[in-house]
Amino acid sequence: MIAALLRRWESMLVLVLLLGFTLFSLSSPYFLSVDTLSDATFNFTERALVALPLALLIIAGEIDISVAGIIALASVAMGLAAEQGAGTGVIAAVGLGTGLVAGCINGALITLGRVPAIVATIGTMTLFRGIAYAVLGDRVLKNYPESFSAFGQGYLFGPVSNELALFAVMAVVVGLFLHATRWGRVVYAIGANAVATRFAGIPVDRYRFALFALTGLASGMAAVLLTSRLGSTRPSIAQGWELEIISIVILGGVSVWGGKGSIFGVVLAALVFGLVTFGLGLMNIPGIVMSIFTGALLILVVAVPALAQRR
Amino acid sequence: MKLPAWRNWSQVARRDLQFALLSLVLLAAVVLKYPAFAAPDNLAGVLDDTGILVMLALGQMLVILVRGVDLSVAANLALCGMLAALFNREFPDAGVLPVLLLTLVAGGLLGAFNGILVWKLRLPPIVVTLGTMSIYRGVIYLLSHGSWVNENEMSADFLGFTRAHFLGLSTLTWLALACAVLFIVALRRLPAARNLYAAGGNPEAAAYAGIEAGRMQFRAYVVCGAIAGLAGYLWVARFAVAYTDIALGFELQVIAACLIGGVAITGGAGSALGVVLGCLFLGIIRSSLPLVGISAFWQMFINGIVILAAVLLSARPQHRPRATLEAPR
Repeated sequence: MIAALLRRWESMLVLVLLLGFTLFSLSSPYFLSVDTLSDATFNFTERALVALPLALLIIAGEIDISVAGIIALASVAMGLAAEQGAGTGVIAAVGLGTGLVAGCINGALITLGRVPAIVATIGTMTLFRGIAYAVLGDRVLKNYPESFSAFGQGYLFGPVSNELALFAVMAVVVGLFLHATRWGRVVYAIGANAVATRFAGIPVDRYRFALFALTGLASGMAAVLLTSRLGSTRPSIAQGWELEIISIVILGGVSVWGGKGSIFGVVLAALVFGLVTFGLGLMNIPGIVMSIFTGALLILVVAVPALAQRR
Repeated sequence: MKLPAWRNWSQVARRDLQFALLSLVLLAAVVLKYPAFAAPDNLAGVLDDTGILVMLALGQMLVILVRGVDLSVAANLALCGMLAALFNREFPDAGVLPVLLLTLVAGGLLGAFNGILVWKLRLPPIVVTLGTMSIYRGVIYLLSHGSWVNENEMSADFLGFTRAHFLGLSTLTWLALACAVLFIVALRRLPAARNLYAAGGNPEAAAYAGIEAGRMQFRAYVVCGAIAGLAGYLWVARFAVAYTDIALGFELQVIAACLIGGVAITGGAGSALGVVLGCLFLGIIRSSLPLVGISAFWQMFINGIVILAAVLLSARPQHRPRATLEAPR
């Protein structure tokens, strides 16, 4: 039983987490404090929030590269709403709505337009961020009302930020959806064999559409949090996040070929991602060098099982 | 010479011709409104601006043909560009030839690293090149310690090579043109290149014909990498600066040019001529924007529209075979 547990991907992630934790607390005296660790969670909560539904998409054999583009578009929409004097509730609704609409556009392209997901979302990624640049140019929007900062800067209780709490709730909800409902089983089935699933009488395209819409909505949610935390919108907001978010999902043990993966793994991967970026930051290692670690980690994660299978 | 009847043309050839006409119409529209655009100097400038994109897109096309994708081209370009700049700073009198060889070999090795992971470990291309993209960028920082190599640290030979003109066109343009001709001819005539289509179109059938799909993928990555390496030197020399973030995000423009040029992301289909036309189409749009008075900030938006239009138009006819239930993906 222990051997079976050890062979699970999630156990590897837990080991990496423990190892990293020990290493960083030994190398920096500032690491192991509640305040520091609470600050550190901002490194991953917004990205991880998008990684949850994206994991469902990848399990279903699809992909969405436009998530960071959606964040930029939603943030610009919120900035414009704020400029018109909208209140906090309206601004947040605009962000969520923009995300949902953008996700539906992706879903429509893939299910109605029959365009492969990677191509369609490379296109919409360019389009969404293109709109952000076209609308804003080199302007910055920052007329957000005082109360808007609560989403990204507020704390629910003690050291638990609103962002962290929201991520925890979403992780549980998405986890239950994937692992404890019939719909979740269908997501796996689509990823394993979409044609067979369709022959079993399941409206595969409706699921695909819903998953893209959900990923868009989560990106809108991330946009609300990020914009609220930064207090300003530039068209380059969340630049390059799509790759980091996809890395989190794959690091979490989700198979890029579809059909395999767990939400628990993705949550652990998000923690590993946050720990590594934060720990290396404490050790004064610049972000660009960290990208060597994340890149190597990403390749190792897929190479290790592949090597094991060759034996 | 008598051309075959239109209906006997291959689907790819038809698409290329239609796209060429579309590009000409675009060019004509711009020229009618702004005659200055047709000035030889301006057109030569457009070609010079598009040259690097053409070379990279041709390399990328090979990888996509064999069902791969190379997201690391821009990082490869930046790394080899930095190598070239550092080499030139150390040995300013070495001339251009060693720089060309260095970038070709270094780029080819970076491509081979992608290729070996895809071929021998059968790792998904998108994950491998996503990873190497981060790694290669990080390595540039380690090499340069985050500093810039500026124009005053580059020798006259190093800078002059790309800017020299012959018959009114820059060396960069001639190189791109040579690549284009080479690819167009080779992908039609050369058996080794035809094998790429076989391996991408149907790997199982290709295996029975003695063509190993993984080996073809490896070769495509090596060629794509070598071109990206060479383009790194050209980029650095043309813009006279090398730093960690040059060509950041350029890989997506390269892939976009391939898609617009009609290369199927599912592999096995596409023509080099189409890719060159796709690049020129993007190049004409980019260089006519300031003339029409549209801010450069609209460039990305227009690219997005063009990509989506291109893929929607080319996705339509393909989905008939078993489409009542499920389109093949």
